[in-house]
Amino acid sequence: MGENVIETFNLTKKYDRFIAVNNLNLRVQRGEVFGLLGPNGAGKTTTILMLLGLTDPTSGKVSVLGMDPSRKTLSVKSRVGYIPDTVGFYEELTARENLIYIAKLNGLSGNQAYQRIDEVLTRVGLHEEADHRVATFSRGMRQRLGVADVLIKQPQLIIMDEPTQGLDPEGAREFLELIRDLKKEGITILLSSHLLHQVQAVCDRVGLFHKGRMVLEGSVTELAKQVLGRAYRVVLEADGDKEVIINALKKIPGQVGVHAKDGKYYEVEAEHDIRPDVARAVVQSGAALLRLDVEAQSLDDIYARYFEEVKHAPQN
Amino acid sequence: MPRKTKQPTPPVEREGSPWTGLWAVVTKEMADHMTSARMRILEVLIVLTAAGSVYSAMQQLRETVGQDPYLFLKLFTTARDPLPSFINFLVFLVPLIAIALAFDSINAEFSRRTLSRVLAQPIYRDALLMGKFLGAFFTLSLVLTAIWMLIFGLGIVGLGLPPSTEEVARSLWFLLATIFYGGIWLAVAVVFSIVFRQPATAALASIAVWLFFTVFWGILASLFAQTISPVQYGTMDEIIRQTETQIALSRLSPNTLYAESMIAILQPTVRTTSFLLPTQLEGAVMGSPLPLRQSLLLIWPQFTGLIAVTILLFALGYVLFQRQEIRA
Repeated sequence: MGENVIETFNLTKKYDRFIAVNNLNLRVQRGEVFGLLGPNGAGKTTTILMLLGLTDPTSGKVSVLGMDPSRKTLSVKSRVGYIPDTVGFYEELTARENLIYIAKLNGLSGNQAYQRIDEVLTRVGLHEEADHRVATFSRGMRQRLGVADVLIKQPQLIIMDEPTQGLDPEGAREFLELIRDLKKEGITILLSSHLLHQVQAVCDRVGLFHKGRMVLEGSVTELAKQVLGRAYRVVLEADGDKEVIINALKKIPGQVGVHAKDGKYYEVEAEHDIRPDVARAVVQSGAALLRLDVEAQSLDDIYARYFEEVKHAPQN
Repeated sequence: MPRKTKQPTPPVEREGSPWTGLWAVVTKEMADHMTSARMRILEVLIVLTAAGSVYSAMQQLRETVGQDPYLFLKLFTTARDPLPSFINFLVFLVPLIAIALAFDSINAEFSRRTLSRVLAQPIYRDALLMGKFLGAFFTLSLVLTAIWMLIFGLGIVGLGLPPSTEEVARSLWFLLATIFYGGIWLAVAVVFSIVFRQPATAALASIAVWLFFTVFWGILASLFAQTISPVQYGTMDEIIRQTETQIALSRLSPNTLYAESMIAILQPTVRTTSFLLPTQLEGAVMGSPLPLRQSLLLIWPQFTGLIAVTILLFALGYVLFQRQEIRA
């Protein structure tokens, strides 16, 4: 940890007058899963293409694995795997034939290539279908073939653009499992998505993109602190006098907000986990504590809140 | 049309060879072409054409066996109603084959969404484009060589004569020129496949260009010649000038370049691809064949022209492709 796999300095990309990426400073460390979040057209894909040297930046610098992708193109591309948003294959060829082509482009041939293709196909669970034509594959199988495709070059970094888009829940779950496995092997992963709960499920850190800028960056908990001003929300059910309970809860050090909900439910927001304090306070106030739970902050909340604020903020 | 962006100003030195992975692309392309249904249709078409025109040429030649020292070459050039001669067929067919091989070379990669995946491999765009072109070019060469051999085989069986060394040499040059004539149309189709995102549009555009040169350019050339060098008083000078202008204009068409070089190389008695005044023929033995070297000299401009146009068009496609944004 600590070593930066991806670094960008004031990276900017302009298409005529439209600024797709604006002064981006992105850092991704070795071994982490980093999620690029943001609405469509926020500059995620453009950023990815610049990281791969497939598009030249208008200004700024990129460093991937310590190399400049537009100078050391071949070195970067032989170490970085890329799964585009809708990954395409040669439909009339079989899965294996598709991979043979990619292996050859990576300078592998003969037994070495065949062996590795077998390995990666088994890895992603497509061994049985290896000799079927890709035209017969489902969306989820194609996506897994996309992973097999990048694993051939034994990458240090894998970049995925919207990897779970269009997958059914089961397919998405399996795919996220695959991402976790890759992380365990020490492969750094950068993925872009707007499916928030999936990003939250696998990413160590996320960066929120808006209009070509990365407006927020950090772990989900950190973002929650920044955007929502609180990281924990304790939900409890208690039987007793409403006034008394609320007063007791408000006295807890570290709470930032107490809300009475329908019926016997209450909500306490705090910057850290204050469940023991809440339990004690309720019991000491003489009420009966029926249930106590902490609700994790969801990325959905952060996302929704952030864009709500942006919408209401005066345009600069 | 794809969006274009300015390349960064400082020249960036690239790592490694631009041709890394070239042969992987070439072999894959050739394998694709050889197994495609499109190719089978073309093969059937061209074999039928070759067999048909050579058969009818042989019917015609049977009557004159023994009188011509270049009987084998006549197989390529003799026509008998209702079929045109084999080279007339080729002028017509080779562009179609070439266009069919290449009209979707780049845009199909876009529409199948394989382009970004392939370009994310450790190769440069140079290798992909060159590989696509060479893959189609080698396939075309293979097909044309097969037909060439087929005609020779049919000729030996049908006429009962082996070809002379000179005939083999001449027909090899003919093969080479035919391949490069196809190369031009390959390059045209590749350029359109880069410019247009829809394969159908690219095919249509290529066919439009082909139709333009096949049907309309001849008419336009004579129209332009009349405007550029008008015949006002009907003097010999004026008429010659107008004819020269017309010939020069018609040579802008690859079809003319090819047809002219074919006639000169396959008919050794042809002494000019333009016209001759009686005064220039003084001392010439009429009807005597030229040696191969002289025939080659005669068509050298046309021949190099064919190769040059292929290279120029490919270079154009190359520049367009390098500047293209690869995101869909």
